Amino acid sequence: MSDVVEKTLTALPSLLSLDSQPGSTKLSSTSKLGSLIRGITELTSKHEEEKLIQRELVSIKEQVSSPNTSMRQMKDLMVRAIYCEMLGYEASFSYIHAIKLAQQGTALEKRVGYLAVSLFLNESHELLLLLVNTVLKDLQSTNLIEVCMALTVVSQIFPKDMIPAILPLVEEKLNHPKEIIRRKAVLALYKFYLIAPNQVQHIHSKFRLALCDRDPGVMTASLHIYLQMIQENPEGYKDLTTSFVTILKQVVGGKLPMDFNYRSVPAPWLQIQLLRILSLLGKNDQSTSEIMYEVLDESLQRAEMNHNITYAILYECVKCIYTIHPKSELLEKAAKCIGNFVLSPKMNLKYLGLKALTYVVQQDPKLALQHQMTIIECLDHYDLLIKRETLELLFRITNAQNVTVIVEKMLEFLSTSKDDYTTTDLVGKVAELAEKYAPDNEWFIETMNTVFSVGGDTMQPDIPNNFLKLLCEGFDSVEEDRKLRLFAVDSYVSLLQGKPGNLPQRFLQVISWVLGEYSHLREELDPATVMRLLVKLLERKQTSSETKSYVLMAMTKLCRSGEGVSIAQEVSESYSSSMDTVLRQRAHELQHLSHNLELRTRVLLPGEAGLEPLEVDSSLSFLDGFVSEALAAGAAPYKPPHQRQEELAQAKALSLEPYSLALPISMSSCSITDRQSPTLLSMSSGLSGDSTDLSHKGGSTTLKLDGVKRVWGKEGYLAQREPIEEAQIEVPSPLRSPIQQTETGNSHSPSPAPTQSPEHEPEKQQLASSLFVGLSSQSSVCLMGKSEPMPQRFRKKAKGQSSTSAPTSNSLISLPSTVDHLLCTNLLEKTPELSEVHAAANGTCDVEAALVSHEDSNTPQDLCLSSHLPAELSELFHSEISPLCSTQSLHLSACYVQKEDSLILVIFITNSSDFAVHDVHVDLDSEQLEVSCASDSPVKEVRGCCVAVCQYSLTVKRPSAHVTVAGMVSHQLHIETPQTAQFSYELPLTSFVRPLKVSTEEYGRMWLDFTHDTKQNLTLINDGEEPLTDTLTVLKKKLQLHIVEIIGMEGIVACRLLPDQPCLMHCRLHAGSLAVWMRSSLPDLPDCLMYHCQRSLTEH
Amino acid sequence: MMRFLLLFSRQGKLRLQKWFLPTLERDKKKITREMTAMVLARPPRTCNFLHWKDLKIIYKRYASLYFCLAIEDKENELLALEIIHRYVELLDKYFGNVCELDIIFNFEKAYFILDEFLMGGEVQETSKESVNRCIEASDMLQEDDSSEWYEVELFG
Repeated sequence: MSDVVEKTLTALPSLLSLDSQPGSTKLSSTSKLGSLIRGITELTSKHEEEKLIQRELVSIKEQVSSPNTSMRQMKDLMVRAIYCEMLGYEASFSYIHAIKLAQQGTALEKRVGYLAVSLFLNESHELLLLLVNTVLKDLQSTNLIEVCMALTVVSQIFPKDMIPAILPLVEEKLNHPKEIIRRKAVLALYKFYLIAPNQVQHIHSKFRLALCDRDPGVMTASLHIYLQMIQENPEGYKDLTTSFVTILKQVVGGKLPMDFNYRSVPAPWLQIQLLRILSLLGKNDQSTSEIMYEVLDESLQRAEMNHNITYAILYECVKCIYTIHPKSELLEKAAKCIGNFVLSPKMNLKYLGLKALTYVVQQDPKLALQHQMTIIECLDHYDLLIKRETLELLFRITNAQNVTVIVEKMLEFLSTSKDDYTTTDLVGKVAELAEKYAPDNEWFIETMNTVFSVGGDTMQPDIPNNFLKLLCEGFDSVEEDRKLRLFAVDSYVSLLQGKPGNLPQRFLQVISWVLGEYSHLREELDPATVMRLLVKLLERKQTSSETKSYVLMAMTKLCRSGEGVSIAQEVSESYSSSMDTVLRQRAHELQHLSHNLELRTRVLLPGEAGLEPLEVDSSLSFLDGFVSEALAAGAAPYKPPHQRQEELAQAKALSLEPYSLALPISMSSCSITDRQSPTLLSMSSGLSGDSTDLSHKGGSTTLKLDGVKRVWGKEGYLAQREPIEEAQIEVPSPLRSPIQQTETGNSHSPSPAPTQSPEHEPEKQQLASSLFVGLSSQSSVCLMGKSEPMPQRFRKKAKGQSSTSAPTSNSLISLPSTVDHLLCTNLLEKTPELSEVHAAANGTCDVEAALVSHEDSNTPQDLCLSSHLPAELSELFHSEISPLCSTQSLHLSACYVQKEDSLILVIFITNSSDFAVHDVHVDLDSEQLEVSCASDSPVKEVRGCCVAVCQYSLTVKRPSAHVTVAGMVSHQLHIETPQTAQFSYELPLTSFVRPLKVSTEEYGRMWLDFTHDTKQNLTLINDGEEPLTDTLTVLKKKLQLHIVEIIGMEGIVACRLLPDQPCLMHCRLHAGSLAVWMRSSLPDLPDCLMYHCQRSLTEH
Repeated sequence: MMRFLLLFSRQGKLRLQKWFLPTLERDKKKITREMTAMVLARPPRTCNFLHWKDLKIIYKRYASLYFCLAIEDKENELLALEIIHRYVELLDKYFGNVCELDIIFNFEKAYFILDEFLMGGEVQETSKESVNRCIEASDMLQEDDSSEWYEVELFG
């Protein structure tokens, strides 16, 4: 058979001419499909079509199930069935026959069978399993065409779990003599790599073979895989850069066979693929980038013909040049290229030009200035897509001066947009800009009002969250905060007095919350008036029950006296029998409050901001008694939802996936048996009605998770702040610097570019100057980056920050949900401290970052400063000495010394000038720490070229993963005006941890007393014979813990936070990881310590 | 990577659909409806691109037929236009002066050509000659099976 194919393959060109006569393949009128199609086109109504198709389907069904139907007829039937499905009518009866056709038919029939399968069946369709055998057979066929078909269908649709069954056969095809088979095999493997990367990991070396294939087609196909792999891990493929560059050089130089030309451009698909790979490899890597400059230059020059395909290459080239380490010559050429695109009369090119501009504008703002008139024109373009892209561009160049104009343009666009996706995206951007650059309160609140009304219920939930957070955290001055809140209240009251009916639910929720919280600020506003407005909301039919519960909660805060109380009573009565449990709960609370005068005066006294923080026993330990009774009575122990699901899934179906990653085994400790003291362990495991104990015993059957980085845990994202990353952020991006250099010198005025000006009307120029204001003066700084030079009115905290600070803060930032709302005032007030841990301040110093970068820490200065350590401290462990801040003449550095019973912060004040510095004041302050001066007399004066040392003793008030001391130094330099500088110093919580020596019995007693706890599975150190002992020793060394006892699979550890807050730790080997349970009397302490345990184990 | 390719008429009738990622039947119908509505509503002299969710839609009209290709965000729009164009060229070469009717009546052939040209959402073969060679090779196979069928197939 294969000989036949070989022959036909070679004989084809002659046959082609015969076949390709015009119209030769048009279908005969006798064909059944032909008559069906013709029949349909003659029909006039949808109804008739439906009838005809139903008749057709019945006839198809009859024939396919008849045993006398030949395979050839079956093929014809299948084509008709496909046609019916394409028209939107279901023909599921034919699916099984499609598979049969693929199985039993001869080549052409088989091809139709495969086609039908790929069109009919979904990835998860159970019939697909029947296909596996057919594919296996065809892959082994000697008929090349059958092999091709099998490879095609495999890349189109194949059950993921069955990939291992055919993988060896596909792999084998990589060595096939025919290049078309090799190429298809590579693409099939690419597809496998996309859907199940771990299954093709072992053939990476074969990918390299494919890359070196003598056929350029196979090599091109392999680049798909490489692009994907390099995207995931650019570091791993740097060695291939030269090869890619060589290939590109050959392609650009026209060394490939003519066959690969497209419109006389050599292999454009290959070129673009290579350019993409190069940009990934050269990103932030100067030496790699240098290898590719030459070939990029050549690509730019070669692509000169005016055709789409050359523009495509140019566009990719420009993107690459702006992604890799910059070279000014290339950048110039690329900028020219972008200019050509933007100015092109062709819409497609103009659009891409704008896109390219958007891409580069952060590095090269002057380019936007050059084209400002074009941008202005595009802003009013009749093509919405171009308009949208222009807004995207403007979004990137927004600053405090042009924000109002740009936001106005964005809102204008929003009012006409009908697409949800665009609306959501744009609304998010407006909100971001408003928070970042708002010029004043009124504008901010009004813009946010529009955002909420337009964004409606499709917008990202973090927009209202952030807004409320901003409102309650406030910013710099108390007075400004008050004004902002007041303005919000006024604005909302007038909105409610107008037509609240059109407002989206999310907005109503925001309004209710703000009115509840802040309407007391407006003194002349009677709470009862607000209450009446809120009642109106409740009466509306469209109001969702979630909004209603917001309204009720607002009322709870407002019902102080008189009329308000009676309204509250009325409302609570009508909702106290609501079917919605949350609403009912809120109503009952409100009812209770409105009837109880004493409670009201205690809780709701206006201006009483300093409510004592509520202590929350998150472990619900007060229910222990109840639960153990229930357990004794035979109740099933509690299982967390994901565990239940897992068990359910295990019970339901056979897992066909051989190497799937199991969910991290949930802590068995969630079951109630573990509430007992761990010292009574024999007893607790005796209570084995608990199915989770099974996993504990049968640890060997589960997957080993050690070495697997745990990013998600029970509480959500496990904060793992990489100190190295942090350090990188501080380094100014190398991408920027050369551009800056080229720019200094030429100043750009905001007036329009000279080439453009004469024909534009003055209003457009005016718009231009308002849009591009600030760009020229700022052109050398990053516009959106961290080093924002403009004072930000509203600090917006980076999204990641609060989640990286401490694990506990995760729950805090969420919008007050129904359950925890009563607490939310306190909770929300707590967030600032947590997030401030990482808020970059003037002269922030991160001890950990300093600890990591050892190379620079051992500077001579460090050495000589440590000699100034007081004698009693010099023997003890001290951290790296890191610089804090400097003034004209003083340099401050600090380190901490761990004493057994305290932690001493040592600040070195170095006077680098020759004169004495007088009136030196160092003030320290911290939200989390108690600071007291430890030296006898405070430093007042530092003589010229001398070092003074201050000591402070620190203790923890409120634990957090990292604690910060903020400080200020002020002094007078001889007669000049006083100078000040601010700094902040961050310490890990572990520096406050000391071993706690207790006996097992004491430990057991203490364990039961503590209410705050946390549980987590940690990585186990599995190098030696005794993983538990090894792991605990590492923890002991790194965190200064005391190992109380190790009993078999379990170990108990104790430590204290200075001065005397104990924290107990119970560890158990569990399914290849270390199940840790921490308890303490101090809230947050277990979470913070857990974070450090996790880190020190991952670092180990 | 390409996500899907739809061919539909000016009246919005679907002529061919290719989904490069597994998609639910329900979604297919919904997307097809949205695509036809979006593309047909485009005013003249606009660019050939659209945004839809996180995908880029590249469309082009050839005579009465619209070709609509969805690509991922990082892909190159102009290149996608050329993919469409090359497909049209391939159809043209195979059918000889292709028209919408050719595709309606021989849609399975159109699929086969597409499968030779694109595979797994990537361009597999850019040479017109090679694609046609493959299609013809499989078309010839039935020559061995039956001469009668061969006639029907080649000469209609």
